[in-house]
Amino acid sequence: MIGRDSPVLEAELHAYVDGELPADRRAAVEAWLAAHPDDAARVNAWLAQADLIRARYAGVAQDPVPPRLDLKRLSRAERRWSRLAAAAVIAAFIAGGAAGWFGRETLAGGLADKMFSADAIDAYKLYVVEVRHPVEVPGAEEPHLVQWLSKRLGYELRAPDLAAMGLKLVGGRLLPGSSGAAAFLMYEGQSGERFTFYCARASAPETALRYEVAGSVAAFYWVDENKGYAVSGPANRERLLEVARTIYAQMETRPAGKS
Amino acid sequence: MSAFRTSLEAAIPALRRYARALTRDAELADDLVQDTLVRALRSEHLFHEGDVRRWLYTILTNLNRNRLRTLARRPSSSPIDDADAPDTAGPEAGGRDIERALSSLVDDQRAALLLVVLEGLSYREVAEVQGVPIGTVMSRLARARAQMKAYLDGERPALRRVK
Repeated sequence: MIGRDSPVLEAELHAYVDGELPADRRAAVEAWLAAHPDDAARVNAWLAQADLIRARYAGVAQDPVPPRLDLKRLSRAERRWSRLAAAAVIAAFIAGGAAGWFGRETLAGGLADKMFSADAIDAYKLYVVEVRHPVEVPGAEEPHLVQWLSKRLGYELRAPDLAAMGLKLVGGRLLPGSSGAAAFLMYEGQSGERFTFYCARASAPETALRYEVAGSVAAFYWVDENKGYAVSGPANRERLLEVARTIYAQMETRPAGKS
Repeated sequence: MSAFRTSLEAAIPALRRYARALTRDAELADDLVQDTLVRALRSEHLFHEGDVRRWLYTILTNLNRNRLRTLARRPSSSPIDDADAPDTAGPEAGGRDIERALSSLVDDQRAALLLVVLEGLSYREVAEVQGVPIGTVMSRLARARAQMKAYLDGERPALRRVK
């Protein structure tokens, strides 16, 4: 236990600067600083650093909050997901592995979307087993790949960044879809698990999120601003949901055009 | 709006400030804040009691640490060049210097220093945010301050002259 008159430790000097010093040590520290100019200089330097940091960054908290951090907007996207996740569980239970679930906005989508997800799942099944030629352009050439696919799709495609989930971009290819060109990107984890991201123009402007299982493969898909997206992978709902959710967040709210 | 949402909303400006100082990059900082908010919304049901603000600092600090780890694993991605950050240092002439001094710190030390100095958290709160004992927080703080002082006193490692 540090007594009233024991020598001052460096930790106490920091505590003094940060207002964390017990009241009964304050006098001792102040007396110490008066007698030790080197320590007093250090303490002053720390206080000056703190002032500089606050002077530089305090203003950020006064800036207007950008729309993409709007809580209502963020939670609307979240609600769509939780509704979907709940429905996907039910679908998996009822149909035991071969079911499609259609959300409330089924009228807007219908058959075209069903075909869209079927295309995505077919592409997954076809290419994910490929060892030597799973893609046309490797992930190492991502800028080129994205530029090429965007050009063919006719709108700007962004390759999701799934590194935080341990998934790396293997590469991509261009595919014929039901309504024109489709872009297909493949991601791979360290254990060899593969997920694919499929995008094409859609006929409906917007749909709810949907989940579809076909045997051992499943897909989450949705349409936003007439662009259809499908995320396919092994029918492990939790993991697939996590991947799809990450991609969804990146497509929905990142500002377009950010490289 | 629920009390949780209200606290969340109220914390956004401070989170942006912390994230900006942590990354020295406005765009990246808001990405971090956005991810933090999304996670918080998603885990709302897990949050029973305690300080929402501290919980948010914890999420953001962890997300940033994961981000830096990912960057470290990907040598091809371009490093965060703080010299490219928009120059909004304002009237404070030391604005750029303080940014560069912060950049010279190890991530965990920078986070500890900013949480104490900029965000006004207590040592105990920082220990909870960083998931380490208080003693570790104090040594991070001490190392951060020594490094900052060395940097600002002119012992700059020979890099990053203003371009």
